Amino acid sequence: MKPYAYARAGSVEEAAELYAAHPGARYLGGGTNLVDLMKLGVEEPAALVDVSRLPLDTVDELPDGSLRIGATVRNSDLAAHPTVRDRYPALSQAVLAGASGQLRNAATTGGNLLQRTRCPYFQDTDEPCNKRAPGSGCGARDGVHRDHAVLGHSPQCIATHPSDMAVALAALDADVELYGADGPRIVPVAEFHRLPGDHPEQDTVIRPGELITGVLLPAAGAGLPSLYRKARDRASYAFALASVAAVIGVEGGVVRHAGIAFGGLAHRPWRARQAEQALLGAAPTTAAFERAADLELAAAEPLRDNAYKIRLARNLAVDVLERLVPPAAT
Amino acid sequence: MGSREHSMGADDATGSPDRHHSEVTLRVNGKPHTLIVDHRSVLLDVLRERLDLVGAKKGCDHGQCGACTVLVDGRRVNGCLLPAVALDGCDITTVEGLAAGAAGATGEELHPLQRAFVERDAFQCGYCTPGQICSAVGAIAEAEAGHPSHVTDPEAPSGQPVPLGPDEIRERLSGNLCRCGAYPNIVRAVEDVIR
Repeated sequence: MKPYAYARAGSVEEAAELYAAHPGARYLGGGTNLVDLMKLGVEEPAALVDVSRLPLDTVDELPDGSLRIGATVRNSDLAAHPTVRDRYPALSQAVLAGASGQLRNAATTGGNLLQRTRCPYFQDTDEPCNKRAPGSGCGARDGVHRDHAVLGHSPQCIATHPSDMAVALAALDADVELYGADGPRIVPVAEFHRLPGDHPEQDTVIRPGELITGVLLPAAGAGLPSLYRKARDRASYAFALASVAAVIGVEGGVVRHAGIAFGGLAHRPWRARQAEQALLGAAPTTAAFERAADLELAAAEPLRDNAYKIRLARNLAVDVLERLVPPAAT
Repeated sequence: MGSREHSMGADDATGSPDRHHSEVTLRVNGKPHTLIVDHRSVLLDVLRERLDLVGAKKGCDHGQCGACTVLVDGRRVNGCLLPAVALDGCDITTVEGLAAGAAGATGEELHPLQRAFVERDAFQCGYCTPGQICSAVGAIAEAEAGHPSHVTDPEAPSGQPVPLGPDEIRERLSGNLCRCGAYPNIVRAVEDVIR
């Protein structure tokens, strides 16, 4: 590991100033992904600007009924927060489906959104990877890619985004709060992560030096039934092969609110807009759930060894929607 | 103090703060230590190579095996992923500090979890054991504080202590690998303590 400078920020404004004053800097949150990547030689920052102690460590209900999660709230505290558990259960479940108790105690809300793919070619500096070394090629496309993307990938990159939390946030219509040189701005979680296209080195739309300061959960959808379900190779402590977060509201026998997102299928949490549109106004039947899931996944382009994900994701989605709307309730 | 040649970043015991080194104070097992650390030094390396506390182990060095688990401000974390410079002022408890006055222990007596691991034969080679025990201490505290897990009934009331059965224990300790496969007796040892 190369030597690096270190500075602890006392405020969001100071963090942005310290970042600007240290070329090649990275923000340090819980460090659970960044420090690992530094040990692997994937990240070689000239400086760490420590934002882990910024006063952004609370979950607050805002006057309009929305919920603001500070960027330095630890994953374990987010999952345990009574308001989150009661009003946005899929978010608590998604956080608890990821990583280990130790990692969740350290990892921050902001850092979780900014974690990098666990594609083994990205993590191995001896392998080609357009995300790590643009122009070097993609080792995964014709290599080991059972865990990789089936939706929205590009010739340059087939990596998936590893976060469980972000999938629930996308389904719940959450926003990311950012602070940068141009001041604060808001980006929907579902538009925060990019598809790889010709620039897989850019995971998100965040600008250089910009800092995540919080996540906003809207009042709309609060208290509606929501669920996160994840399929993985082990019962615990493994990344998703496929996952689904869904929130659904049914009134008068028809679907009035639907938020559905897939994890493990794409370079970003995959908001299933087509499936949602197909469900809105329809009766919440198993047949409708199957049609909606198939419609969304019709665009899938599986690779040699990951076509299984399409069926897996489809069955997960139908199962989650059935659990949220038991047949007796329709 | 032992050799410092075998790990990156844990050198320069007596340097002065500069661009790549800072002074930190860590309160370890109740005792404050002020030292200059290379910014690259993670907590695990400082504990093992600067403070001669070799209970926490370096297994994978990537946060995957849990052998390095210690408690920072009472919360279990992977010591291999935390730059020590970021922990200035923190309270750290390692397996060496559990018997010496942590909750449930008195003086030279073993911590109840340590005793249960011995009585239940909850290890073979013992390499993962300090991490398992520190992780279990943290997990029990989390459940008492009402933290749910992946296997907790979603209908369980928020903010209430979560009872720990075998499924909960297995899930909550999934971040601690045991290559010898002593899991059944690890679960029994933890059950003994929470009973």
